[in-house]
Amino acid sequence: MSTSAVRLRRRYPFGRGILGRGALDRRALGRWDWVLVASVLALAAFGALLVWSATRHRLAAAGLDPQGLLKRHLLNLSIGLALGLVTALADHRTLRAYAPVAYVACCGGLLATLLFGTTINGAHSWIVIGGGFQLQPSELAKVGLVVSTAMLLGERRDAEAVSPGSDVPLLLALAAVPLGLVLLQPDVGTAMVLAAVIVGVVAVSGAPARWILGLLLAGALTAVLAVHLGALKDYQLERFTSFANPAADTDGAGYATRQARIAIGSGGLLGKGLFQGGQTSGAFVPEQQTDFIFTVAGEELGLLGGSLIIGLLGLILWRGLSIAARAPDLFGRLVATGVVSWFAFQSFVNIGMTLGIMPVTGLPLPFVSYGGSAMFANLIAVGLLLNIRLRNTGPPYP
Amino acid sequence: MEAGRSRVGDSSARRLVVAKVLVLSLLLTLGGRLWSLQVLSAGDFAQAADDNRIRELVIPAARGGILDSTGHPLVRNRTALVVSVSNQALAKQPDAGEAVLRRLSAVIAMPQAELRRRITACGKGVPRPCWNGSPLGPVPVLEDAPPRVALRIAEHQEDFPGVSADFQAVREYPGGSLAAHTLGYLAPISTAALSQHSHAGYQPTDLVGVAGLEKQYQARLRGVDGRQRVSVDRAGRVTGTVSQSAPVTGGDLVTHLDRRVQVLAEHALADGLAFARRDRDALGRSYRGTSGAVIVLDARTGGVLAVASHPSYDPTVWTGGMSTTDYARLTSTAAGVPLLSRATQGEFAPGSTFKIVTAAAAVRGGYPRGGIYQCPASYSLGGARFDNFEGIAYGPMDLRAALIKSCDTVFYQFGHEMWLRDGGLRPARGQAKELLARTAQAYGFGQPTGVDLPAEADGRIPDRASKRALWDLRKADYCAGAKNPSFEAARRQADQEFCVDGFNYRAGDAVNFAIGQGDVLVTPLQLATAYAALANGGTVYRPQIGKAVIGADGRTTWRATPEVVRRLPIDASTLDYIRSALAGVTRPGGTAHAAFADWPHDRIPVAGKTGTAEVGLTKTGRQDTSWFAAFAPAHDPQFVVVSMLEEAGAGGASSARVVRRVLEGMYGLVGLPAIFPAGRVPTALPRGRPR
Repeated sequence: MSTSAVRLRRRYPFGRGILGRGALDRRALGRWDWVLVASVLALAAFGALLVWSATRHRLAAAGLDPQGLLKRHLLNLSIGLALGLVTALADHRTLRAYAPVAYVACCGGLLATLLFGTTINGAHSWIVIGGGFQLQPSELAKVGLVVSTAMLLGERRDAEAVSPGSDVPLLLALAAVPLGLVLLQPDVGTAMVLAAVIVGVVAVSGAPARWILGLLLAGALTAVLAVHLGALKDYQLERFTSFANPAADTDGAGYATRQARIAIGSGGLLGKGLFQGGQTSGAFVPEQQTDFIFTVAGEELGLLGGSLIIGLLGLILWRGLSIAARAPDLFGRLVATGVVSWFAFQSFVNIGMTLGIMPVTGLPLPFVSYGGSAMFANLIAVGLLLNIRLRNTGPPYP
Repeated sequence: MEAGRSRVGDSSARRLVVAKVLVLSLLLTLGGRLWSLQVLSAGDFAQAADDNRIRELVIPAARGGILDSTGHPLVRNRTALVVSVSNQALAKQPDAGEAVLRRLSAVIAMPQAELRRRITACGKGVPRPCWNGSPLGPVPVLEDAPPRVALRIAEHQEDFPGVSADFQAVREYPGGSLAAHTLGYLAPISTAALSQHSHAGYQPTDLVGVAGLEKQYQARLRGVDGRQRVSVDRAGRVTGTVSQSAPVTGGDLVTHLDRRVQVLAEHALADGLAFARRDRDALGRSYRGTSGAVIVLDARTGGVLAVASHPSYDPTVWTGGMSTTDYARLTSTAAGVPLLSRATQGEFAPGSTFKIVTAAAAVRGGYPRGGIYQCPASYSLGGARFDNFEGIAYGPMDLRAALIKSCDTVFYQFGHEMWLRDGGLRPARGQAKELLARTAQAYGFGQPTGVDLPAEADGRIPDRASKRALWDLRKADYCAGAKNPSFEAARRQADQEFCVDGFNYRAGDAVNFAIGQGDVLVTPLQLATAYAALANGGTVYRPQIGKAVIGADGRTTWRATPEVVRRLPIDASTLDYIRSALAGVTRPGGTAHAAFADWPHDRIPVAGKTGTAEVGLTKTGRQDTSWFAAFAPAHDPQFVVVSMLEEAGAGGASSARVVRRVLEGMYGLVGLPAIFPAGRVPTALPRGRPR
């Protein structure tokens, strides 16, 4: 009965409000993925502690409230949880209907960033809202791209029979716009995440293997060309070379990675204890509350804490992939796949960078790093996963 | 269509499985890397984290003072406002700091060029005063800056980048130039010394003793710097103290020196030189009385009660950077090289003071003490004639009279005959006993005394072996000189003679040696040590200046004990005989009688020996060196006093006068009380720690 009700509403998604009438029935709540929710909340709580530890000394040294950033972080977290909840409970047909809006909004936001944005750490990625708040549209663009690519490939596949892969060029053309805008900032890290989302979504959409191989090849070629044609800024190149040869430059680009590894390595098995890390309290690791938040866990909580974070991320990814596997339609599966690709790639690059096995690209660690826009985007993405799960009434998409 | 969908669906589900494997492998990669960092190389990173975070601050220890035997400070510390310049900070200025130096020059009233020279590191061709310390440390340019200047520099740091004014401990010399040569001075540690293992723990800004007692007792005076290990953040801000060790103040060096005796010795020395300058030599020239030394020893222990050297200088010039003119004066020959200590670094012919050696050697060689020896006006040796002093003939006399009158011809005879018995020019193997040289060496001549001062001179005892060694060294030069047409004929002939048989130990050498002339050279301290051995009955002590080191807690951390170098190979009765003979020198008929005419001989008999050493024979040559070596009381010797005055004429005149003045002061004969009650040197250490 509820299935038919959903079917009926499907044609008139607009004007019904975000929360569909059938959104909150008891059976839907019974399908709530508690493992996913618990993992996200645990990781977020962890993150808050680590952000606190990373910022209290720096703020105190600057004569500011030592808990200042923690309070902001908790505010961001609350807003993000609310946004995630709204997303989870939204009618997922509504989401599908809003996908084109999300795409346009994401491109518009990125364009606005280029025109009116502020440069922080070499990237023109922020729009200052005022009152000490700023927005990073490229984070929200990840959500936009996930939803819009899933819609493009899922909707058409659902609706009619198309030869597999024929819609990939259209998808690439559409994705090229936000990707290009992000590269213009330039924010190579986010661009790589977007590329990972595209590859993941295209792969799971059932497109022929040649497209996936082609995309991977194109990615590699772009990287080689970017280095050789000098498309990258010097500091970007430096980050990459210092990754390849960490001993070359211990003061400049190599400094951060070296300090990060000292922090993590000196943590040992059990860590030095929360708030006890000398590398952390001495502010030796730059950008520690954002890109290098994992070093706080490594130093103060040791292998135990670090593994716990990796394990929690693993749980989230595992639940995400399960939701994708059981999604009732291709759209839901592709949304979940896009979210998993995003989290997996970003987590691996972020933690890998602090461990010295990935180049420094300036990506935050999902749910853990300080940063409002990223927190909103991450929790909205979790909301998307839950949303798909909640609507997971029928048999899984074949 | 259905089939197509299912195919797509199959591949989609399959790829989700691939994704799961991919995600799992990524997470395992991270976990593995985390394991490798945190477990396998945890130790290295823990060390790196400490190196990052821990900074060691050095809290300099206060250097110990140098005290006289009564506890009176000879060197102590005081705090002074020192203006320093950092070369590294100056180098960062666009004009290499010229503008800063120009402003500083105006504030501290020092020419800019001089300021620049002072902070320039010393090296080849760099004019003095240059910076001899570490290039990393700040260079002190002005000590004792007025507070007004220090305030101006501190308040206008924007005008004076790299310039600092802060309180530092600097050396203070309450006695001014008193005992300057003995005390020595401090200088910034050199880069070379800093890298040596023996200087582990030294800082680039450290001052170290580079001369005198400051150098000799560097390790004991220095103390132990405190170390504070603090944790810092990335910006270098201190975030806490990890560990701390308090500095340990260096020990105070208590010396055998007695400030009052030292003052007496320096005054008597200056007075003796002035006295000598009023007299004229045989050629009618005024004595120049350029320089001299006085030494007072405790004959029974070798303790050094006073060491005076003239000319002297105020050691304050070494602190806070030395000016060009100061350094030039200290090393100028015209000013008599005030930096040189005549007492331990000057080598001079001892003249007749050496006869205590010749007399003892003669007795050892079989000449009876009571024998009668001729004292003619001259002694003929082949074609050459060796005159008695001032050509006077005294006729027959015993050894005692020969010493009292200082009859050269008697000693010529000893020297010549012993030389003949040794085999003359061609001794058989084992025939040359060289008793004179061996006796001299037993007294301590020809080798450092071992006094606790750096850079002591050896002196020289000429014997057959040393003469041959010298010839081996120089014959090439002489043989070349013999053929050098630019030399005068006489010089060429002299060179030719030396070239051919310069290795020969001739009769003339032996005869000159017997009266302390020729090639023999001694330092005043060697002579004093030898006289102390004679006076105390034959024990050669190592002269000692340092007596004890007293730690900051008042406990004695080091105590010197008298050190016996050797016993003289001379029997006690012979030493007694020589001593009693020397007691006659200050009495009527003795060579030093004039200076001791009104001396209370019955109360404090003084024994001594005069010496008048010829240095040059021609009109352009240097004037005679005046010596007097004495001990008192003659029958129970306690003190040895030696006076040496350069270009000051007869020993019986100026030097005997110097010794008399020292002794009368010590015994309280001139109104002031005696310095040592009952004429004994106290052995107790001073109490407390005067600062």
